[in-house]
Amino acid sequence: MTALLEVREISKAFRGLKAVSNAGFEVPQGGLVALIGPNGAGKTTCFNMIAGVFKPDSGEILFQGNRIDGKRPDEICVAGIGRTFQIVKPFAGLSVLDNVIVGAFNRTKRLSDASKAASDILDKLGLGPKRDLPASSLTLPDRKRLEVARALATRPTLLLLDEVMAGLRPTECDQMVEVFRDLNAKDGLTILLIEHVMRAVMALAQHIVVLHHGEIIAQGTPQHVVRDPAVLECYLGEETEV
Amino acid sequence: MNQRARILLSILGIVLVLLPAFAGNYAISVATLILYFAFVGQAWNVMMGFAGQLSLGHSLYVGVGAYVAAAMFVNLGIAPWAGIWVAILVCMAMGAAIGFLAFRFGISGVYFALLTIAFAEFTRIGFDHLQWTGGSGGLFLKVAQREQMDLFNFRGPPAMYYYSILALTAGALALCSWLLKSRAGYYWQAIREDEEAAQALGINTFRYKMIAVLISSAMTAVSGVFFAFYYNNLFPEQIFHISRSIEIILGPIIGGIGTLFGPILGAFVLTMLADGITEVLAHFGVEVPGIKQVFYGVVLLVVVMFLPHGIWPTLAKKIGVAK
Amino acid sequence: MPSIDLIANVVIAGLLTGLVYGLMALGLSVIFGVVRVVNFAHGEMMTIAMYCAVVLFGAFKLDPFLAVLPVAAVFFGFGYAMQAGLINPFITRPEHSQFMLLVAVAIIMVNVLLMIFGPSALNVQVDYQLESYEFGPILFDKARVLAAGMALATSAGLFAFFKYTNTGKAIRACADNNLGAKVVGLNVKHLYALTFGLGSACVAVAGCMMILLVDVVPTLGPGYTLLAFVIVIIGGLGSMPGALFGGILIGVSEAMAGLFFAPSAKSMFGFALLILVLLFRPQGLLGRKP
Repeated sequence: MTALLEVREISKAFRGLKAVSNAGFEVPQGGLVALIGPNGAGKTTCFNMIAGVFKPDSGEILFQGNRIDGKRPDEICVAGIGRTFQIVKPFAGLSVLDNVIVGAFNRTKRLSDASKAASDILDKLGLGPKRDLPASSLTLPDRKRLEVARALATRPTLLLLDEVMAGLRPTECDQMVEVFRDLNAKDGLTILLIEHVMRAVMALAQHIVVLHHGEIIAQGTPQHVVRDPAVLECYLGEETEV
Repeated sequence: MNQRARILLSILGIVLVLLPAFAGNYAISVATLILYFAFVGQAWNVMMGFAGQLSLGHSLYVGVGAYVAAAMFVNLGIAPWAGIWVAILVCMAMGAAIGFLAFRFGISGVYFALLTIAFAEFTRIGFDHLQWTGGSGGLFLKVAQREQMDLFNFRGPPAMYYYSILALTAGALALCSWLLKSRAGYYWQAIREDEEAAQALGINTFRYKMIAVLISSAMTAVSGVFFAFYYNNLFPEQIFHISRSIEIILGPIIGGIGTLFGPILGAFVLTMLADGITEVLAHFGVEVPGIKQVFYGVVLLVVVMFLPHGIWPTLAKKIGVAK
Repeated sequence: MPSIDLIANVVIAGLLTGLVYGLMALGLSVIFGVVRVVNFAHGEMMTIAMYCAVVLFGAFKLDPFLAVLPVAAVFFGFGYAMQAGLINPFITRPEHSQFMLLVAVAIIMVNVLLMIFGPSALNVQVDYQLESYEFGPILFDKARVLAAGMALATSAGLFAFFKYTNTGKAIRACADNNLGAKVVGLNVKHLYALTFGLGSACVAVAGCMMILLVDVVPTLGPGYTLLAFVIVIIGGLGSMPGALFGGILIGVSEAMAGLFFAPSAKSMFGFALLILVLLFRPQGLLGRKP
């Protein structure tokens, strides 16, 4: 398998505080990789650098073999990386369907095409019956689904998921896991996820990258990572939702 | 749009087209004023209502549009049908300059609003000292011969102006309803609701904000040209004044920001209100300067407090034309 | 080319007037810095204060320096009530909605003044308006010097209030972190209202001083509102020294523009400066980087 996303030794500091230092990992084509670590480990900063919100201070990010570090978020989305936000950002004044149509316009100019694509995605995520409600009226789990639906509507090659399971009940979490496994297996979508809910991580990820204090302290298969002494140490005393 | 909305819109259209046949000159002048505010409100609405960029300096485009076309007509004898294109281009260039500076330097919200005021005020003072357009003394067009219709120079009877602004307003409504259903319309609304999320969905927010500014400034320039040839006199102190900018945006806000009919309804309500207050006060023989504006302010206050989304969304539900 | 003496005189006069502007802008800055609402009726409140001083002078021969006390007290109460009753429900509404609310208030204010006082200019006449201090070739108008002194003293009082009193610190905590302030049990609504009251009191003092320098007409309001914005943005929104500094800068540049160009072009420099500051130093000259 070739790497779809290559992160090469990226670093980012905020006012002297190193949020991420020399982090490097790969996401293979068709892979399902999880980025875990305690709060404040630099996961979201890593995401934001991949998604173009921040430019890394040093290092390179390659997507499909091309440099993407320093590009704008919209350019990166057009290149084929979709993302969700940890703190959900629905377009509150628009309907659920219109929210997703905005995403779908990334690949088409025609409203009818975008509307069709958006409806399909909403059905897949179980939001079909709520398509005409204003997004502001959704519950948090539904907002998380909407966040995913919108990102999927941009038809990404790589999907970045930032804690989409947080706050979901175990059954809802399992449903989400099922959706992502399906997207990965059937549609060949590559997924990189940040997740605290270990239940979801262990069920989904083929490869886990552990970040602590901005540095990668371990990476490998789930079985390998959970037995790693460094990982156990950094999680000791941390509350992990299993 | 549902069946009922189509019927009501058709009736409104027919009434407006036939209005000069049964209404007197005074009613036509009021209707012209309403349509003028509806048109320019629609133009502002593209930028604020659709794309969420609060401009408090739209008098800039009205004034520059008016001055460019009028000065070309008065000083160079160029007919407004040619001048209007120059006016549009100049206003778009100014809009582009303001938008480019603001959006490139990441100015938004209140700061953007203040920047637009600053440019309008700056231009006002500039025109005060620009002798080619008469400076602060004003620029005057020869008042139209009411009986003769000179379409080429846009001089003629009130009905000509009425039909022109009616056509413009109808055109603006059609344009905006088309825009709102286009990719740009969806992108604008996304930017209005959450710019960061919009960008993450592949929207070049800079480009789409610029498009909104360009369309809005071009439309407002047209309203300025109309203003110049309808009122025949221009003073920088008046046309660029911040109270003009506020006047422009009252309609859409009262009517319903971001909606298609909000600017039209708002213009109607506000103009009729102002007119109504004048009539009532005259009826009771009250002649205190300022009293009319106080009423106006109170009504504004009440609407803003109790109908935060404007009148149209509530009204649309009542008469069964909401989407 | 005007002589050096003339320039010096004009600069000094501009500087002193600028301090009064600065006090007015300080009120706006404090309100925006804490409540995050742009007071679009700020200049109108300034004109109301000016009329108050005129009325008190006309009725009781009360010197504007003494009128400061009752007018500021009334304005404090008025500002408190306005925030508590009118603006608080709008805190969570979008900016344009807050803007419209205050524009409506401003329209009412201007025109109520017009109804009561009519469109002609009013002023107060006290004997020290004609006196001046002389230092060599330079003249200091006594009224201007005293007004500027009052503006400085009021600002200093406000600085001290925010720096040393518990209420002042609580208000600053609100401005820094609204949610945090709520969590530790501060009554944010009360503090907001208090802030609006204080901002209004600043305007009251500035208005009483301004009437010594210029005549008042009801339509001065919007111009002062814009002026206050320009000053606050140039100095740095939320920076209290910035407001005074911005005031001085605008006062001096207006005076210089009046001398070297046309008096009518005086505010052009303010707006040009505003545009430059917004573009190149949006946090203002004395503001901290966000």
